[in-house]
Amino acid sequence: MDGAAMLAELRARFGSDVVETHEHRGDHTAVVTREALRRVLAWCRDEPSLAFEMLTDLTAVDYVKYPGRQDGPRFEVVYHLYSLTHNHRLRLKVRVDEDDALVPTAVDLWPIADWFEREVWDMFGVRFAGHPDLRRLLMYEEFVGHPLRKDYPIDRRQPLIGPAS
Amino acid sequence: MAQTTQREFMLGEGSGTGSGSQNLRVGVGPAHPAMHGIIRITTELDGEVIVKADVEIGYLHRAFEKDCEEGGYNNAIPFTDRLNYVSPLINNFGYCAAVEKLLGIDVTERCKYIRVIMSEISRICDHLTCIGASAMELGAFTVFLYMIKAREFLWELVEDVTGARLTISYGRVGGVKADLPDGFAERTAKAFKETREVLDEVHRLLTGNRIFMDRMIGVGALSREETIAYAITGPLLRAAGVPYDVRRAQPYDVYDRLEFEIPTQKDGDNYSRYLVRMAEMEQSMRIVEQALAMVPGGPINVDFEGRPVDPAWYVDRGKQGKTEGLLLVPITLSPNLLGSERPAHERINAHDKRVVLPPKETTYGSIEGLMNHFMLIMEGNGIRPPRGEAYVAVEGANGELGFYVVSDGTDRPYRVRCRPPCLPPMAALHRMIEGQMVADLIPTFGSVNMIGGELDR
Repeated sequence: MDGAAMLAELRARFGSDVVETHEHRGDHTAVVTREALRRVLAWCRDEPSLAFEMLTDLTAVDYVKYPGRQDGPRFEVVYHLYSLTHNHRLRLKVRVDEDDALVPTAVDLWPIADWFEREVWDMFGVRFAGHPDLRRLLMYEEFVGHPLRKDYPIDRRQPLIGPAS
Repeated sequence: MAQTTQREFMLGEGSGTGSGSQNLRVGVGPAHPAMHGIIRITTELDGEVIVKADVEIGYLHRAFEKDCEEGGYNNAIPFTDRLNYVSPLINNFGYCAAVEKLLGIDVTERCKYIRVIMSEISRICDHLTCIGASAMELGAFTVFLYMIKAREFLWELVEDVTGARLTISYGRVGGVKADLPDGFAERTAKAFKETREVLDEVHRLLTGNRIFMDRMIGVGALSREETIAYAITGPLLRAAGVPYDVRRAQPYDVYDRLEFEIPTQKDGDNYSRYLVRMAEMEQSMRIVEQALAMVPGGPINVDFEGRPVDPAWYVDRGKQGKTEGLLLVPITLSPNLLGSERPAHERINAHDKRVVLPPKETTYGSIEGLMNHFMLIMEGNGIRPPRGEAYVAVEGANGELGFYVVSDGTDRPYRVRCRPPCLPPMAALHRMIEGQMVADLIPTFGSVNMIGGELDR
């Protein structure tokens, strides 16, 4: 199934839960609502004509300083899916606001989401509902803030942790 | 399947018996002499068996993604060197490919071949390091020395082309920094001859070695289904029997014109990973040899009128404003440090003034070139891809290396995300080592080939 057909299929099946679809430079993207996210992800994995066995990447983007999007939902959590069977890719996104930065987890669909979601929590402060063990992945527990947020200054210094006292 | 049984047997899973004795918690790392890389594994041991393991990473975090947002598009290239520092060229080209996709430009034919050649040489270096280091950790120090010797020959090739051994910063958005030097094909042939001899020796030392096989076969195995569910790619996935390789599945550059095989094994254990890597090095050399035979443009014609011009004199004239006729003078600049000369520049860089810096002769020799240079270098100017986003995957030495770049239309990337190929295997490492002996942790960790630079970014 090519990308355009995939997006059409998604729109037909999930209706208004698919907020937006677009194609840019050959990459196909669908933005879905948070409520439908788990259903869409599970369907993408299990539907034989899509068969996305792999969650290649899961990350987030902070849009707070993006021209024209300062007022909109602040974060986009981005899922890159790949199908070994059909050799095609799809990008799914879900938008969340800062004061309600909570996305349902995908750990039970793809175990790799465990670490990816921990990294997104660490770097952006987006939480994942249902994640079994949402610790920071790269930074240390005492670190304050989420460094990849656009309002985290790059030159801020925080005390390095010493041996546990 | 045998692996699951072993795991269940060792852990007492399902039987409900267990040993009943008290478990011992042992921390391995962050700096442990038997592990190359800074990582902490907290293990819970029952006797010598690892019952539970927790892998902790992040000790080498250097804010790669944050740093990329602070400079222009080409400023991120030195940072990408330091992701996988054993095969930095692949990182360079992966990032450049993502920005090029965002811009919608295509690089020249010769540049594509150069990227393929340099990527494959890097891949061989990476596999040599991986196998050498993990063999050393099993006591086979000879293998390590032999393989580092072979890597040295290849790094000399890399140094000839890029001017550096490790932090090469050779890729550019829209091209590469410099053309291949004269006599590169001959030197490559010589280096490959040496490498093949080393591989042959290592095969004889390791592949049928009883001690090595006992330590590797059936150790650290991951089933095919689990490997896929953990999004593990590269040699680890191919060792589990899935012939997925980005170079074949979604060819970029000129991989679709080259003949090569994708070696696979079926067991998914450390020994299979070793065999896959050994076979891949031979395939990489095949690719380089084909690409060198096919690369268009031929050797660089140094001076077609037999009138060599000293680059320093040329640059001085330009700086004094005496630019008359300078553009007509063919000159040769050092391809390494000063930038590539004009004929080579046109061959290896996309013809797009919005993206590619002009050759140094043009910068110093004409006002248009100078303006073009400034428009790309000055604060607030530079490469400005239209708004949008792009994800590009290349086959890194450890698997799928992805770059996801978001542009807001300014000269700085809004977001650069690197999908590190060795993060998924590290996330699954606890599945590979639980139920195994403590001593097996070391070869398994070696076979994963963790590279701290790209894992922690």
